[in-house]
Amino acid sequence: MTDELERRLSAPASPALDVDHLRAMLARRAAEDGLLDVAYGSYDSPLGPLTVFVTPRGLVRLSYPGEPIDEQLDELAARISPRVMAAPERTDDVRHQLDSYFGGTRRDFELPIDWRLMRGFRADVLRATARIPFGSVVSYRDVAAAAGSPNAYRAAGNALGSNPVPIVVPCHRVVHAGGGLGGYTGGLERKQFLLRLEGVLDR
Amino acid sequence: MHLPPFERLVDAHAAELHRFLIGLVGPTEAEDCLQETYMSALRAYPRLRHGDNLRAWLYTIAQRKATDAVRRSSRRPARDLDGVEPVAPSGPDLADDGLWLSVRALPAKQRAAIVHRFVLDLAYAEIGSRMGISEEAARQNVSAGLRRLRQEVTP
Repeated sequence: MTDELERRLSAPASPALDVDHLRAMLARRAAEDGLLDVAYGSYDSPLGPLTVFVTPRGLVRLSYPGEPIDEQLDELAARISPRVMAAPERTDDVRHQLDSYFGGTRRDFELPIDWRLMRGFRADVLRATARIPFGSVVSYRDVAAAAGSPNAYRAAGNALGSNPVPIVVPCHRVVHAGGGLGGYTGGLERKQFLLRLEGVLDR
Repeated sequence: MHLPPFERLVDAHAAELHRFLIGLVGPTEAEDCLQETYMSALRAYPRLRHGDNLRAWLYTIAQRKATDAVRRSSRRPARDLDGVEPVAPSGPDLADDGLWLSVRALPAKQRAAIVHRFVLDLAYAEIGSRMGISEEAARQNVSAGLRRLRQEVTP
């Protein structure tokens, strides 16, 4: 039975909600109240659109296009905190430094890294990788040695392949001792691009 | 089971929660209530033990925020005594203002049940599960609310 009263109840004049505005407001308030544990934003790089994820501790993840964003958000929610929201302005520092790196005016990143996605030997390998200077390359064996296990170069290769913060933790600077470039998470063309940018490979 | 990234709760439920809150507190206050609902949820979120029925959890919070807002606005004229201008209650927000003021004056459960039933167009079983009451209790709250509205609102 639908009568006049029920009809009026079913049709309140409801203004539409601007969900993007709500998201932005919530992200800002969350950051102010210290409730934004993982913020992210996208960055248009010469290597395609990257996604930058930061925590109050620092840069936690930098991902290449093609890595499904929902899966990354799920992983961060599970491993860091479920308080995850898009908040591009929180990633401005990272984006500006990437700008100057790709623009050729920056050699070293001055960014705190949140290492929580890396554990054990993998973390050791990536910390050693973070110390490789701009414009130079080392072998997988070198980086394994620097991480404390010279013979674990295959494991070192796996660790580099799962680097959560490529470019900034420069796993592209690790190559085969014999001269081959080795592999790269973002694809070999991107590794070549970065090594050309740094003057290791001819342009 | 892990909790989903918080922003997914915003994308999935904000529009419907907004309509729910419009029914409970009117459009002027609904957006504030919605923000407060999500801020409270965000604060408590990592402490949840599981991700079951996050929607019902959000509706519980929204209903509490709406009750606070209604209580606040009914207390507002008292501020007059302190020399502060009284704030007009929501004003002619809705085309059907008289009716919605009466809805807002209903007891909390009847009000929520009415809004779930008519604004969100939900079946009684679903209303019950969202309100944490039985299907039958949902039905009773809707009909009690309707009875009361029929007495107050002249068609």
